[in-house]
Amino acid sequence: MKGFLRQDGRKGIRNVLIVAYLVECAHHVARLIVTRSDDPAVQLIGFPGCFPNDYAFRMMQALGTHPNTGGVLLVSLGCEGFNREALTETIRASGRPVETLVIQQTGGTRKTIDAGLDVIRAMKARIDEAEQVDMNLDQLVVGTICGGSDGTSGISANPAVGKCFDRLVRDGATCIFEETGELIGCEQVMMTRAVSPGLAREIEQSVVKAVHYYSTMGYGSFAPGNAEGGLTTQEEKSMGAYAKSGSSPIHGLIKPGDIPPRGGLYLMDVVPDGEPRFGFPNIADNAEIVELIASGCHLVLFTTGRGSVVGSAISPVIKICANPETWRNLADDMDVNAGRIIEGEADLDEVGDEIYRRLQAIAAGSPSKSEALGHQEFILTYKSFEPIGPACLPAH
Amino acid sequence: MKSKFILLHPQDNVLVCCRQAEVNEMIIIGKQKIVLRQAMELGHKVARQAVARGDKIVKYGVSIGSAVQAIHPGEHVHLHNMKSDYIRPHTRQRLQEISDYK
Repeated sequence: MKGFLRQDGRKGIRNVLIVAYLVECAHHVARLIVTRSDDPAVQLIGFPGCFPNDYAFRMMQALGTHPNTGGVLLVSLGCEGFNREALTETIRASGRPVETLVIQQTGGTRKTIDAGLDVIRAMKARIDEAEQVDMNLDQLVVGTICGGSDGTSGISANPAVGKCFDRLVRDGATCIFEETGELIGCEQVMMTRAVSPGLAREIEQSVVKAVHYYSTMGYGSFAPGNAEGGLTTQEEKSMGAYAKSGSSPIHGLIKPGDIPPRGGLYLMDVVPDGEPRFGFPNIADNAEIVELIASGCHLVLFTTGRGSVVGSAISPVIKICANPETWRNLADDMDVNAGRIIEGEADLDEVGDEIYRRLQAIAAGSPSKSEALGHQEFILTYKSFEPIGPACLPAH
Repeated sequence: MKSKFILLHPQDNVLVCCRQAEVNEMIIIGKQKIVLRQAMELGHKVARQAVARGDKIVKYGVSIGSAVQAIHPGEHVHLHNMKSDYIRPHTRQRLQEISDYK
């Protein structure tokens, strides 16, 4: 496996040129720059809000300096609250090319698109010369998420990802699982896996926070399709989701944008701190995928029972299909068929091994299904977080 | 022929359906025989033994909620006869209840 060496020592498995709108008012212009570039490595991200938000700023910083990111074009309307100067400075300091186009100063839609296309051509020529060096599994960060879960997810795809995670952790890789709101009911078992009593308390608190938050919102993280697929309660869905974490010790608890300091298994707390202010913690699966990527994930393993088709900007998403009926229906969108476990054609270790091999092939440059189909979903909205406590990260 | 149902953990009082099954079908799990009281779809749960109202429903060896009525062996276990001990799900029926209320 080869990686693009970045100034901070991290290595990327892709070399993406990001076009980022800094308010919804600049979205159309940014999208047309991406569309007219007609290059799968030129990708659109952005933040729609006009009011500034520390979390969104941090996320854009993390994404603009992600190891898979080679260069960035920021598209601003001009009057929005986003601190584009500070974001530009962070990206420039990371050694990446960065340019900003302000629509109000560039002469409107048409002129900004033309200027953007010129920037992309020049920047693309520059980042395509980036040096590729040897990269090992201990430099890889892998996230996992489940979406469209049903009664098969927790018995096939999720535990198979857990097997893959166990191997990756043994290889020295960094693995991240997430969504404390979908781990309600698993807090006691998770605490026993924490590497320190302080971390165990932090894990418990993160789930207590999630219960409070979701109770205030009036719903758990449980969609109608979950029930139609045979799942009845939040804690039942949680136990199935929890299986993705495998059986390694839990090394730390991070929040979106925190970069794990070394290899091992980490839990990401995606539920905002304080009283609910900005709505649901994760309005759709892609919001969580973006948070995993902001914490450095090169790849995301996405398990699905009902059948999600999404991918993501910046990092490849690999689909592991839990349900054999869904596999037959949506095979073009799925990378691995874990439904073979349900039908008795394979066991967890075999599918775990298939995920492990597929992940390495995709890390080495082979496109995942969602990548090949052009999926580059992205969503970022308002949230607020306090920094993690000292017990959350492993001691030196 | 592989069984259409699996027992995930020896302490579980439910089985999980791996292939669609019809009413009155006989399930054999180990030495136990259970007759299905309803048709079952992939991913859904069926009671493996009698469950009293208020008893925990156990899957993966852990509680996933409580029975809200007595459940017979072979009966479908779902929203109509069990509930979360934590938080209410938003099902399509619940969405309908909310819109009816408005």
